[in-house]
Amino acid sequence: METYTAMRQFADSWGMIAMGLFFIAVIVFTLRPGAKLQADEAASIPLKED
Amino acid sequence: MNYTIETILIAVGAFLAVLAAAFAQDALFQQHMWVLFAVLAIGTVLMLRRISFAPVGPKPSESEYFDEVVRYGVIATVFWGVVGFLVGVVVALQLAFPDLNIEPFFNFGRVRPLHTSAVIFAFGGNALIATSFYVVQRTCRARLFGGSLGWFVFWGYQLFIVMAATGYLLGITQGREYAEPEWYVDLWLTVVWVAYLITFLGTILKRKEPHIYVANWFYLSFIVTIAMLHVVNNLAIPVSFLGTKSYSAFSGVQDALTQWWYGHNAVGFFLTAGFLGMMYYFVPKQAGRPVYSYRLSIIHFWALIFMYIWAGPHHLHYTALPDWAQTLGMVFSVMLWMPSWGGMINGLMTLSGAWDKIRTDPVIRMMIIAIAFYGMSTFEGPMMSIKAVNSLSHYTEWTIGHVHSGALGWVGMITFGAVYYLVPKLWNRDGLYSLRLVNWHFWLSTLGIVIYAAVLWVAGIQQGLMWREYDSQGFLVYSFAESVKAMFPYYVLRAVGGGLYLIGGLVMAYNVYMTIRGYKRNEAPIVGSVPNLQPAE
Repeated sequence: METYTAMRQFADSWGMIAMGLFFIAVIVFTLRPGAKLQADEAASIPLKED
Repeated sequence: MNYTIETILIAVGAFLAVLAAAFAQDALFQQHMWVLFAVLAIGTVLMLRRISFAPVGPKPSESEYFDEVVRYGVIATVFWGVVGFLVGVVVALQLAFPDLNIEPFFNFGRVRPLHTSAVIFAFGGNALIATSFYVVQRTCRARLFGGSLGWFVFWGYQLFIVMAATGYLLGITQGREYAEPEWYVDLWLTVVWVAYLITFLGTILKRKEPHIYVANWFYLSFIVTIAMLHVVNNLAIPVSFLGTKSYSAFSGVQDALTQWWYGHNAVGFFLTAGFLGMMYYFVPKQAGRPVYSYRLSIIHFWALIFMYIWAGPHHLHYTALPDWAQTLGMVFSVMLWMPSWGGMINGLMTLSGAWDKIRTDPVIRMMIIAIAFYGMSTFEGPMMSIKAVNSLSHYTEWTIGHVHSGALGWVGMITFGAVYYLVPKLWNRDGLYSLRLVNWHFWLSTLGIVIYAAVLWVAGIQQGLMWREYDSQGFLVYSFAESVKAMFPYYVLRAVGGGLYLIGGLVMAYNVYMTIRGYKRNEAPIVGSVPNLQPAE
């Protein structure tokens, strides 16, 4: 198979699925229960010192 | 002794520049190498004057932040900002009054890239480098990594700016929009950028704060993506190693797509992600309260970087680019609405519960209008990327108006806000020289942008309609020259809008200068910023 075709096929099958799943996983992980406390702590980092 | 190796390297560089000029394959390369020699020779002399033969003092303490380079960066930001705005007003006037094209060095074709590079890379780039160095040290609670590597990044970047700018005026260009410098200047920028990445990433790696604050994510994505875009877009084969000319590694529509994959992501990662890093640090700092939703900022980050990278093809609607690629670019541009507006809401809502600060603190006002313009231009952009709209707007002044509402409104204003926050901190002053001048700056720039954008909407839509106007026989109603002539009043008004923005920039430069010198203007406080005292009964 031509390199372009092979890469194209990979990109719009496994590549797309992998990126989509990663993206969904990131959102789920960010919104998981219990993440709020950690997020609030992280949000205060710039205010801790001058 | 200090600076020994640095001075020797700069002197060797100056000598190599002379050799390159001597053996140059074409006249332009020779002239450009003489410019390089002059710059490096001045650099050598300045370094020699700074050498002291006293034994080197103790190394700066690790507990102390490396702020000197940030101070230089802030001054460079203000300087290049004013220069870039000035050149912008000049090119605007050249469009209205073509007699102002002074051949050969100051033709529109040479001065226009000078303007775009001066504002994007010189003003914006210095702002990003300076603020990223400031923010990463504070949010990681660690001194900048790499010792004096930060100095190399700063001065190396200035050298890139000077070489790019003088190259344009000499007529050296590879004809890629926002990436006009030729191969040898591109190579230099690559070296500087890798040093920048090492400095930034090194600081993150040695951080004392366990969590990496979201502003650093944005800054890092900006640095990494720009490295990738710059290298791929500038893949080219030089004709000679001692000549200016090079040929792109791509051809035809692939070359066009590579260019706009670069071009649009320069907007997405240089002008958006980097400045969002600025927003996520300086807005909470100036408001004195944490960002509205930290989790929203994380989603903002991932959604933005996942979608932006695909949006480039919308610059090539109705061209030889395959239809599916055009549609892909359009769909991803429209999807970008969500992260952009999520980020805008997050920035604005940071003030929730402290809305009075917009009235009482001109610096906050500057940052808030920046975020508002971020929202407006990221609404307008996706709309213009829709093919049906693009068929009217493309190649017209509307595009220029859109770019400027983003660049002047978002990039410019958030940078001004950051500069006003940084200057008193970096030079240990109580506050700015004058808050009322900040207010003046705010209104001058806002008025300038509103005039600029509104005028170019009208101009662009008129232009687009004139180009597509057919009569009943199927002939074009207007010749191209007629549509050019119709633009005259808009071009003059645009220069007025840009002029107001330039005056605002000068007001800022004066305010920053007086603050650094330690003056404080005797002025009435901003209304509402101090509580009204009740007279004693």
